Amino acid sequence: MRAPRGTGIVLLVLFAGTPSALAGQEDAAAAGKVVYDRWCAECHGETGQGDGSAAASMLPRPRDFTQALYQIRTTGSGQLPTDADIRFAIENGLPGTTMPGWPNLTDGEIDDLIVYLKSFSRFFGQGPAPEPLDFGSDPGGGPAAVEAGAAAYLTMLCEECHGLSGRGDGTSAPTLEDWRGLPIRAADLTEAWVLNGGSSVEDMHTRMLTGLDGTPMPSAIDAMNSGVVSPDEVWQLAHYLASLGPREMPPLRDVIRVGRAEGGLPADGGEEAWAGVEAFYFPLSGQVVQLPRNFAPAVDGLWVQGLHDGNDIALRVQWNDPSNSPDPNWDEWQNKITTALDLDGAEPIALDSVGAPTSRPPDAVLLQFPFEPPEGTDRPYFLMGDAREPVYLWTWDSETGVGAGRGRGLDSVEPLAEDPVAGEATWEEGRWTLYLRRSIEIESDGLDFAEGTPTPIAFQAWDGSSAEVGKRSSVSTWYYILLEPPASSTVVVTPLLAMLLTGAFGLVLVRRAQDRRRDG
Amino acid sequence: MKQRGRALNSHLRNSFWYGGKSMRSHFWNRSAALLAVVAMAACGGGGGSSEGAADDAGEAAPAAAAVDPSTVGTISGMANFGGMVPTMEAIDMSAEADCAAGYGADGPMAQNVLVSNGGLANVFVYLSEGVSGAPAASGAAELDQVNCRYTPHVLGVQSGQDIEISNSDNLLHNINATPTENRGFNISQPRAGITSTQRFQVAEVMVPVRCDVHGWMQAYIGVVDHPYFAVTGADGSYSIANVPAGDYTMTAWHEEFGTMTASVTVTAGGTAMASFDYSGEMMGADVPMGDALVLEHGTNRIRVERTQ
Ligand SMILES: [Cu+2]
Repeated sequence: MRAPRGTGIVLLVLFAGTPSALAGQEDAAAAGKVVYDRWCAECHGETGQGDGSAAASMLPRPRDFTQALYQIRTTGSGQLPTDADIRFAIENGLPGTTMPGWPNLTDGEIDDLIVYLKSFSRFFGQGPAPEPLDFGSDPGGGPAAVEAGAAAYLTMLCEECHGLSGRGDGTSAPTLEDWRGLPIRAADLTEAWVLNGGSSVEDMHTRMLTGLDGTPMPSAIDAMNSGVVSPDEVWQLAHYLASLGPREMPPLRDVIRVGRAEGGLPADGGEEAWAGVEAFYFPLSGQVVQLPRNFAPAVDGLWVQGLHDGNDIALRVQWNDPSNSPDPNWDEWQNKITTALDLDGAEPIALDSVGAPTSRPPDAVLLQFPFEPPEGTDRPYFLMGDAREPVYLWTWDSETGVGAGRGRGLDSVEPLAEDPVAGEATWEEGRWTLYLRRSIEIESDGLDFAEGTPTPIAFQAWDGSSAEVGKRSSVSTWYYILLEPPASSTVVVTPLLAMLLTGAFGLVLVRRAQDRRRDG
Repeated sequence: MKQRGRALNSHLRNSFWYGGKSMRSHFWNRSAALLAVVAMAACGGGGGSSEGAADDAGEAAPAAAAVDPSTVGTISGMANFGGMVPTMEAIDMSAEADCAAGYGADGPMAQNVLVSNGGLANVFVYLSEGVSGAPAASGAAELDQVNCRYTPHVLGVQSGQDIEISNSDNLLHNINATPTENRGFNISQPRAGITSTQRFQVAEVMVPVRCDVHGWMQAYIGVVDHPYFAVTGADGSYSIANVPAGDYTMTAWHEEFGTMTASVTVTAGGTAMASFDYSGEMMGADVPMGDALVLEHGTNRIRVERTQ
């Protein structure tokens, strides 16, 4: 256990200044440096300034330890973190960022690392050790608490940045900057599993009272102490935030099951009928296989639902994107992204004489399928196929709508003349809802969703306002989509078998998802 | 902006998907983009106006608690501005109608350069060398938010002095101070009547303060180790009382014109003059931010030193 070791560190700090304690600190810092140089320096830089070799392609950037600005703390706004706060971030990582948790480090290694991290900044060691705030106690959750919390959300005007639905699409969202002047997202509170401080009610409550130093997220403590909201209402607000969506990443399932619609297919993505249809969540990660790579993807996942009526298949795809691109309100954001981010060789979008971008890319999503039914586990290359084995693309972008194409690689797409796919998309409060429809079977092409046979499916997404175009996208691996037969017949391929067919890349995504889920 | 039609085949050329290799540089219609470019040019006019600006007279620093009047004098002077006054940009406050309503027909203008009758407002002047010891800060400095702007725009405080930050607007501001020598803070004030008390422990000229909800809101706080500082008023004048007799260097800081210094000798009972001359050509000067002032005890000097 770590308790004895932790106690030792506390004593060292208490007696800092005596020669033996100083020597102990120096030993710990030297041991911490070894850990740091091996695991941390590539992102955080040798001198701790957050400027390692990998940093420029990341947003948000790695922490600059010399400033001692720690987002995830239990101390007041602007205060230094406690050692336990630093340990929390090292052990759990910061979900939603490129900072993973470090289960490979021992308690002792983390103790040493903390001493070394603190040595980067002159702020540590001045004055008394930082103390956590008094967070009071949770009066409890439940529907009444959630309702009171929703009122507190409006009282505190959280929607200015986080939006009315909490998806990070508030009026101020496009202009937000971190302490370095780099663009920073207002958190999407409906995806609690990517909140960097954790997703529990306690985590949310703590973040509201401490603020996230170095970001636009302020501390609510003076508003609470002034009586704008009571201490209980801040807790209720935390319960409300925790109610906005799943706290953990939805379990990854490999097969989208498409049921038969009894009362006919919905005619668009807004119909009530979709509410009763099972939704499947698929995480996306940045395209980092081919140049230019995308290490800071904007779209991190999408929800897919499907229905069929024996003739047509209808899919509803939903994902959160705070910008309805192209939107001039996001010009500044787009410009900052193109200057702040190492685009890995992609050409930045040029500005005109008044500083406006010469191009505002659209938002876009594609679904891809094999052209011919796959044999065994063989599937086309997951990045839009290749010359040998093209893929069938259902494309949508916010400028030109729905289309269909043949992909032979990431920058080789040609339209299909038949226009077999129809559909439309709507954007509301930070979320796109895309409706797609096609015949289950078309004579002239090989994509056949014949009942009982799982068809491989994969996804890609772009956020235009984040200057995502071409290969700078978010991608998924191959999954499956399966039309459910009428109740009388038998399922030919079980979901379990289909899961076994999923390739190694899928496992990577799953592991990554698990990493991100470990928080709070 | 207008979207092009959604007819299924209309996009086969020049769309997101079919740009091939040229996709990277231009895969959507540039002319459409240009149509949508919002005029971002600044409105002219209003140069030199000082509506809602700093106080009429330069605000003196809080007086020391126990001053022997037979040993102190006063420093006063002007920040003079010559030549063409740079045009300040209009602030688009349409997102906050309640705030915008607080301004005249010209609407709110930026406060970077406020000139009135040849006097430059919002210059932070302080003794940067020659101070030996100093009385502790007394009383609190005040920073208010009125019609989505900071009042004052430039504030001087003594290290350790309470800064009372209040909100006169019944809407959300966050006060985000980003010093480099001190610890910062970021506090939300979602309605009128909230007050936050903050302090900076060490000298730092200047500490930027901003509101992330309203990108135009910007203030600067100058923190020094003694009470001998002032901010020039709307007429460009300032006055610092109760300065111990002696020889000093005075530094003037302005957010667009950077810093300049002057030597000043204070005599008991006398008034020393120190003025600073500015002109529009100085726009774009190197403006120091976050410089530490390290008090060297026993050497009778304050040394300006960049510690990082
Ligand atoms: Cu504001």
